[in-house]
Amino acid sequence: MKFKLEDEHIMMRDMVRSFAEEECAPGAEERDEQESFPMDLWKRCAELGLTGVTFPEEYGGVGADYLSYAITVEELSRVDASLGVTISAHSSLGANPIFKFGTEAQKRKYLAPLATGEKMGALGLTENMAGSDASGTRTTAVRDGDEYVINGSKLFITNGYYADIYIVTAQMDKSKGNRGITAFIMEKGTPGFTFGKKEKKMGIRSSATYELVFEDVRIPAENLLGQEGQGFKVAMVTLDYGRIGIASQALGIAQGAYEQALKYSKERKQFGKTLSEFQVTQFKLADMAIQIEAARLLVYQACYLATEHLPFSKEAAMAKVFAAETANKVTAQAVQILGGYGYTRDYPVERMMRDAKITEIYEGTSEIQRIVVASHILKD
Amino acid sequence: MNIVVCIKQTFDTEAKIVLGANGKIDTAGVKLIMNPYDEYAVEEALRIKEKVGGEVTVVSMGGDRVQETLRTALAMGCDKAVLVSDPALESPDEWVSAEVLAKAVAQIPYEIILTGRIAVDDGSSQVAVRMAEALGIPSVSSVLKLDLQGSKALVTREIDGGTEVIEVPLPAVITAQKGLNEPRYPNMPGIMKAKKKELKMLTLNELGLTGADLGPRASIIRYSLPNPRSAGKKIAGEAADAAKELSRLLREEAKIL
Repeated sequence: MKFKLEDEHIMMRDMVRSFAEEECAPGAEERDEQESFPMDLWKRCAELGLTGVTFPEEYGGVGADYLSYAITVEELSRVDASLGVTISAHSSLGANPIFKFGTEAQKRKYLAPLATGEKMGALGLTENMAGSDASGTRTTAVRDGDEYVINGSKLFITNGYYADIYIVTAQMDKSKGNRGITAFIMEKGTPGFTFGKKEKKMGIRSSATYELVFEDVRIPAENLLGQEGQGFKVAMVTLDYGRIGIASQALGIAQGAYEQALKYSKERKQFGKTLSEFQVTQFKLADMAIQIEAARLLVYQACYLATEHLPFSKEAAMAKVFAAETANKVTAQAVQILGGYGYTRDYPVERMMRDAKITEIYEGTSEIQRIVVASHILKD
Repeated sequence: MNIVVCIKQTFDTEAKIVLGANGKIDTAGVKLIMNPYDEYAVEEALRIKEKVGGEVTVVSMGGDRVQETLRTALAMGCDKAVLVSDPALESPDEWVSAEVLAKAVAQIPYEIILTGRIAVDDGSSQVAVRMAEALGIPSVSSVLKLDLQGSKALVTREIDGGTEVIEVPLPAVITAQKGLNEPRYPNMPGIMKAKKKELKMLTLNELGLTGADLGPRASIIRYSLPNPRSAGKKIAGEAADAAKELSRLLREEAKIL
């Protein structure tokens, strides 16, 4: 067992970190304030190959492993969690289901432009009555000749409006519950497919979160993803991989906040000493560092398993819940260390604390992650 | 066009310099990077290649760790790398470096050789010029703009207070100044491809040299760190009085007025 990054991972981390610090960090505060989506940075991510890290070269991807992907999302999120989730939702939720369940033709037509970043992807799974419980899906799909007709709506869709390709789940046979759910590939611009309200969020404010509305949206039968009735499985497998992305995002947020607190504690003087000279601050910083390191090892372990095609569902859930809770504890402590300044928007830890909260909620709440972990450990 | 770029691995510009017990600079745990001026050279080489085609070979010397920096250059888009690595090269002076690099470069077809105008660690600015001399070709230093015109190059270089334009026949050694270009990041596909590119390791023997040929002409006697910056002075009192006092201190104490 080696606890060492390969040279290529170090090179990737250095590259993404330079890009993040030089090009993404400077506008992060303003984008948060104005809730503006960073389309220019998305294009830069595409140029740098950050939009298709794990997909094979033949489909326009980089052909790198999940650790490379985790490092990418972590480093982006270290300065801007909104950009981190944009890449994560695009890769894990939009492109990956096509890679895992798509036909060769679907991979050529849809995965390739997603991997190169020419197009952006998103997943439409959540509805107002179907959050953690996908069986509540009310969006319907009906086969009509060579087409499927889709009606309904989706809520809280990351990359909504900006994405070009959407994976959408719909119920085909309510009597079958989860086994009636089916996944489809839907293109932006298809008649009847529109966008509802843009969510105003507590954090990750420069990531786009929209409602999707389907009114008699007709899509060709060849855009069925997987089999009819396989949609629940598509969603569950997709979310397993998605957890690696969100865990990495949470890890990056925690790392970013910790570094801010560490720097500040060495500069800020009170009672004639720097904060870092007080043991109470030292203990806080040590606890932050310990939790971040533990989270990182969990995330990297899940990446290793996924890359080796070994079961990783339990480990990804563990990584996600632990990294998300670490991000929340660490960002709150970072604000505490920065005190009054930390509470203002003059320092990024306030934004990081707001950004951290969502990681305990989306792509499976911390409670759902514990259910996943428990179901695995009780199965044996 | 065959392009050679000579690069050096240096300390990260933010690295903290510590002297070890032996009085030498302690390299343990220090992050090493490509000399920033050499990055401009790599970028310029890649731009030439993108414009007129050809092959970029990147050359360096030093220990095993230098491979990381060469891989970075390969990830940016260079085609091949050569590393001269030999225990006899532990502390080369500028003459030794130039002789070794000239021998290594001479084995590669080249029409232009690019490198940084200075290395940010020892800052001698000697190696590129000495190497050109050893190869018997011209060199132009501190270049801000490079315009290739067939068998010659039109080169804009920085001089004190302005620039001058020089015409130089190729092959030539050109050293890059900040401002020549904006170096790219290696992208993800580039990093993956870099693993599979050729990185040739050469010993002195393989260059037809021996350690005995290369006794340094100069040796470093002592390193010392700059004096720590002393704390600033705060002048209290009313603005007008404080300004008077400031002016007196600048005149009498700091002696800069």
